[in-house]
Amino acid sequence: MHKYILKRLLMLIPVILGVTFIVFFILNLSPGDPAAMILGEQATAEAIEMKREELGLNDPILVRYFNYMKDLLHGDMGVSYRNSISVWEQVTDRFPNTVVLAIAGILVALLIGLPLGILSAKKQNTIIDNISMVLSLIGVSMPNFWFGLLVVMLFALKLGWLPSQGMGEGFVPLLLSLILPALTLGTGSAGSIARMTRSSMLEVIRQDYISTARAKGVDERTVTFQHMLRNALIPIITSVGLQFGSLLGGAMLTETVFSWPGLGRLMVENIKSKDIPMVLGCVVFLATMFTIVNLVVDLIYAFVDPRIKSLYKKGR
Amino acid sequence: MIGLAFFLFLIAIAITTLVIDLATGNEFYRNNVINQDLFGRLQGPSKEHLFGQDEFGRDMLLRMIWAVRYSLFMGSAAVIIGMVCGGVLGAMSGYYGKTVDAVIMRAMDILLAIPSMLLATAIVAALGTSLFNVLLAIAISYIPSFARTVRAAVLTVKDQEFIEAARAIGCHDGEIIFKYIIPNAMAPIIVQATMGLAGAILSIAGLSFLGLGIQPPTPEWGAMLSNARQYIRDAWHVTVIPGLGIMLTILALNLMGDGLRDALDPRLKD
Repeated sequence: MHKYILKRLLMLIPVILGVTFIVFFILNLSPGDPAAMILGEQATAEAIEMKREELGLNDPILVRYFNYMKDLLHGDMGVSYRNSISVWEQVTDRFPNTVVLAIAGILVALLIGLPLGILSAKKQNTIIDNISMVLSLIGVSMPNFWFGLLVVMLFALKLGWLPSQGMGEGFVPLLLSLILPALTLGTGSAGSIARMTRSSMLEVIRQDYISTARAKGVDERTVTFQHMLRNALIPIITSVGLQFGSLLGGAMLTETVFSWPGLGRLMVENIKSKDIPMVLGCVVFLATMFTIVNLVVDLIYAFVDPRIKSLYKKGR
Repeated sequence: MIGLAFFLFLIAIAITTLVIDLATGNEFYRNNVINQDLFGRLQGPSKEHLFGQDEFGRDMLLRMIWAVRYSLFMGSAAVIIGMVCGGVLGAMSGYYGKTVDAVIMRAMDILLAIPSMLLATAIVAALGTSLFNVLLAIAISYIPSFARTVRAAVLTVKDQEFIEAARAIGCHDGEIIFKYIIPNAMAPIIVQATMGLAGAILSIAGLSFLGLGIQPPTPEWGAMLSNARQYIRDAWHVTVIPGLGIMLTILALNLMGDGLRDALDPRLKD
C-alpha cells in the first residue's frame, strides 16, 4: 500500500509539470508586453528593453519555463504586475478560502445527492423516484451562478436571513456566510451524484447476496447501507471526484456572485487587468489541487473496496 | 421527446432570427434588440413587453430570442471542433496502439487534469475576449473527453471480424478507420456530443457572466445575467428570465442525451 501511494505521488510530478507547462505556454501567447505594462505609458524604449532583460522576457520560452519552475519549487511565483506584491503570498492567502468553500460545496452535494439517489433506487419507478429524478435533472441543468443569484434574492434580500456578500469573520458569521455559496456550489453536483447513486444502487439491488441478507433476517437499514451502498460506492466516489473538478471551475462563478475572497475570484479580477503571473499562479494552484483530489479518490477506492486493496498488497 | 422538441424549437428560433436580420439588413435587430428606451428601464412584464424590459429599457423577450443563436451555434461549433480533433486523436490512439496510444493518451491525461472551465478561462485570458477565442477555448477543453470516448469505442470495434475482412480486401488504414470503425462506434460519440453541447452552452454563459465571453450590448444569456446582478434589488425579472432560458435549454439537451443513450446504447439503460 505504501509503495502504491509513493508510486502515485511520483506520478504526480509529470502531470503537474505538464499542467504548468500548458498553462505557462498558453498564457505566454497573450499579446502585449509585460515590461511595457509595468512601466506604464511614459516609459522609453530603452527602459522597457532593460525591464525585459531584468524579467528574463528575452529568453526562449523553455528557458523561462525552467526558471519559473525552479522558482516555484522555492515558493516563488514572481510578483504581480499590478501591485508588485509576491504572487505566492496573495495566492496562498486566498487558497484556504477556496478550499473551505469547495469542501462545504461537496458536503452539501453529498448530503442532498446521496439520500436522494438511495431513496430513488429503493423506490424505483414510484412517484418518489420520478420526483427526485426530475429534481436532480433540474439541479444538473441549472447554471449555478444563476441559482446563486436566486438564493440571494430569496434568503438575503427578501427574507434577510443570511448575508449575501463576502466571508464572515469568526466561526458563526463564517458559517452563516458559507451557507448560500455552499448551497449554490453544491446543488449541481448533488444532481449528478443523485443520478449516479441511483443507477449504481440499481446495479446491486437485485443481486443474490441482497436476497440472502434479507432471507437471513438482516434489517432493512443494514441491508441498504452495509450491503447495497457499500457495493455501489465505487462509481459514486468516481463521480464525486469528478464533481470536485467542476466545483473548482464553478467556484470561479460562485465566488464572483458572492464576492467570496477565494482563488477563483482573484483569478477573474486579474484576468481583467491582464496580470499574467497572478493568473498563472491561481491556475497552477487550482489545477494541482484538482490533481491531488484525483489521487485521493484513487486511494479511497482501496479503502472502500477490499478487492482493490488486495491488488495493491500483492505489489501490483 | 420533449427534449428533442424543445431543441428543434430553439434551432427554429435561431434560424428565424438570422433570416430576419438578413432580410432587414440588421435594421430590426438594431431598432428592437440593441436600441435603448430609457423611459422603460426595468419595467416588469406587461402586455406590450411580455418578459418586461431590461436596465436600458430593451424588450427582454426579443433579447432572449436573439440570444438563442449565440448559445446554440457557438456551443455546437465548439463541440464539433472538439469532437473532430478529439475524435481523430482518439481514433489514432485506439487504432495504432503502443507508442502512439501512450503519447496521445498521456497528453490527454494532462489536459484532463485541468478542470475544463479553468482551462477555457486561461485560454480566454491569454488570447483576449472575442467570439472566436471563446469558441476555441471551449473546443480545446473538450478534446480530451472526446479522445477518450472515441478511443474506447474504437478499441471495442477494432478486433472484430469485419475489420479484419476490410484489411484482407486491401483497405488502407484511413479507410478502415473512417469507413468501418467510426460509423460502428458512433453511438457513444453522439451521446457525448449532446451532453457536451449542454456543457458548452453552460460554459459560454459562465464565461460571459464573468465578463470574459460575449460582450454587451450583444444579447447573450450569461452576459444578460451579469448585467442583471446590479439590479437584483430592483427588478426580479431581469435576473430570473435569462437564467430560465439557460436552464430550459440545458434541461432539454440533457433529456435528449438520456433518451439518445437509452435508444443507441441499451446496455447502459438501468
